[in-house]
Amino acid sequence: MTQILIKNGQLIDPVNKINRTGCIYIDEAKIVSVTNEPIGFKPETIIDAQNKIVCPGFIDLSTRLREPGHSRKATFKSETLAAASAGVTTLCLQPDTNPVIDTPAVAELIKELAKKADYPQIYPIAALTRQLEGTELSAMLTLKQAGCIAVGNANHPVRNLLILRRAMEYAVSHDLLFMFRPNDYWLGNNGCAHEGAFATRYGLPSIPEAAETIALAQCLELVELTGCRVHFGQLSCRRSVIKIHQAKKYGLQVSADVAIHQLHLTENDITPFDSNYHVLPPLRTEEDKKYMRQGLASGTINSICSDHQPHDIDAKLGAFPETEPGMSSLETVLPLMLKLVSEGVVTMEQGIASLTANPARVLRIESGALTVGFNADVCVFDPELEWEVNAESWKSRGMNTPYWGQTFKGRVTHTLQAGKLIYCIEGGSN
Amino acid sequence: MKDNLQLNSEGKLKHFLSIEGLPKELLTEILDVAESFVSMTDQQIKKVPLLRGKTIVNLFFENSTRTRTTFELAAKRLSADVLSMSIATSSTSKGESLLDTIRNLEAMFVDMFVVRHAISGAAHFIAQQTAPHISVINAGDGQHAHPTQAMLDMFTIRQIKKDFSNLRVAIIGDILHSRVARSQIQALNTLGVPEVRVIAPKTLLPAHVESLGVNVSHNLNAGLKDVDVVIMLRLQKERMTSALLPSESEYFKCFGLTEEKLKMAKPDAIVMHPGPINRGVEIESKVADGPQSVILKQVSNGIAIRMAIMAMAMQKQGIM
Repeated sequence: MTQILIKNGQLIDPVNKINRTGCIYIDEAKIVSVTNEPIGFKPETIIDAQNKIVCPGFIDLSTRLREPGHSRKATFKSETLAAASAGVTTLCLQPDTNPVIDTPAVAELIKELAKKADYPQIYPIAALTRQLEGTELSAMLTLKQAGCIAVGNANHPVRNLLILRRAMEYAVSHDLLFMFRPNDYWLGNNGCAHEGAFATRYGLPSIPEAAETIALAQCLELVELTGCRVHFGQLSCRRSVIKIHQAKKYGLQVSADVAIHQLHLTENDITPFDSNYHVLPPLRTEEDKKYMRQGLASGTINSICSDHQPHDIDAKLGAFPETEPGMSSLETVLPLMLKLVSEGVVTMEQGIASLTANPARVLRIESGALTVGFNADVCVFDPELEWEVNAESWKSRGMNTPYWGQTFKGRVTHTLQAGKLIYCIEGGSN
Repeated sequence: MKDNLQLNSEGKLKHFLSIEGLPKELLTEILDVAESFVSMTDQQIKKVPLLRGKTIVNLFFENSTRTRTTFELAAKRLSADVLSMSIATSSTSKGESLLDTIRNLEAMFVDMFVVRHAISGAAHFIAQQTAPHISVINAGDGQHAHPTQAMLDMFTIRQIKKDFSNLRVAIIGDILHSRVARSQIQALNTLGVPEVRVIAPKTLLPAHVESLGVNVSHNLNAGLKDVDVVIMLRLQKERMTSALLPSESEYFKCFGLTEEKLKMAKPDAIVMHPGPINRGVEIESKVADGPQSVILKQVSNGIAIRMAIMAMAMQKQGIM
């Protein structure tokens, strides 16, 4: 391991309340100073971050890398490169791989794949129930010991509230975080679009807000009953924000995130029948977007996730309802976050915190800050650099993004994971 | 549509997928062209050589007798070579995707696909994927659109009522699942009908149905008051097993069209139905076969309207 100096950058670290021009000194994977040069510091690598922002590496609470099981869609190699190029240094992997993350062997396989891809900071989320079938508890403790950071049931329903209650109680017993995307399976009714004007016009099977909010409300009751620590993932609607706000005010230990595209797109933005807009939860209304943005600004929603779901071409080639849901979104997280800043929704510090310090707090990991002694997970980005989403710039194997061909402002130039430079933009200086 | 897939660069019809995005002038032109074909169907020789040498493939991924037959007859009367394929869902589940089916048929140099499919957006998908010289006509996709049915209904209305600008039209029944209703509403609004009403229980209405440009009523008697055109929709049996309705008889009691209830409408109101009708469920026989019913007229008009649309979609190749 080597010594690295990042100099002249605008350091922004919400945890340590840093927002100034300065340097970061890195030695043997760790941050050793963000103020004075340590004695005898002789960097092998110097990154000149002039006119760039230097912040903690991003932590993504919901990602799919498609391995094991779906390597024709994407691989650890392709998607960790996409993550690195997007400034993401820590990834939480949803358990709906094939095989499902419900045995230590699969968790270990993931650790192994991560190591092979030279991107070790991948945390598997263990299945809450065996095979994600929603009927029997998974071996949560064993899975925790195998490196799983939380439990969750991905997009799969839990059979009934009794099983959910027991799973939450069991998770509490082992101090495990439950990451839950609220969705009532029956109310969801196999829909593919928000139950609004768009779905009505185009005759698409639709999902009401209540599918999310009822499941959310039920789970909040179980939080009170069981004491389970719950993080609500990928929320999409107004009433969810209100419910989380009330629950927090009431004193429940809950947190929530939103997928980045929900802060920018609504049903009105959908090009009819363009399957790149097919996501779950579906794109909702302007009103919902407004509330999600307010929730982020007020801290009710404390984190932004990518909800990255790369697909092969075939998965998106078909009539809208038949295609697989999800966007390839890691690489658009930063520019879309910066757009929130430029539109005055959040401050730069808030935007960065929602991708760093806040998810770190959710996961209870020592990361998401430029704290001396922490792993040197650092993202350097140029907030003014314009780039186009195209085959040349895009790293993910999944090209399923509605932003294809669009020009964005703001791009990562360097990413360090545990003191190792895992990404450097072409033509970048280091 | 944001991308107007349906029109070529000169604003002429290329595909016919949905009423949405088509201007009033074009809808009127379709009705006018159909008019010229209607007079022709009375003649001894019912054929014109407009599409001679063209190959049309009817691709029916969903069963239908009436629609397929009228499309077939329409194609034949235009002198096209026509091939009808019923592709049950089971055969596509053999592993051949929709797209592969299309690619294979394309390789046989066809000129037009007429597509019926159970999934909303299927016709759009095929139109986007198919070779540029091929036209796609939507013969019904999921719950989205059935634009040729809507146009034959507009044709029938115009035949009898002459003018759209002073009409009240009520559509009764399962709007939620009805591609016919969606297309009818768009066509009626585009052609300038001042009031379109939908009448159904809330379980059979889409969540934001007003956004389509209709007034909503849950009461048949109130909804029928002073209307000029009554359009009944077919009620599928499976609506009873999916907890949308309690029973056929209760539905008939509330929303079934009887002679008695029809009196609420204007005395010269016409009664329409896209077929096939469920006698005693959504409509009683006395009305279906009565003097105000134009249900069979709709069927005859179906041929002329489909001839018009097929001919116009081929017009881009300099045929008309």
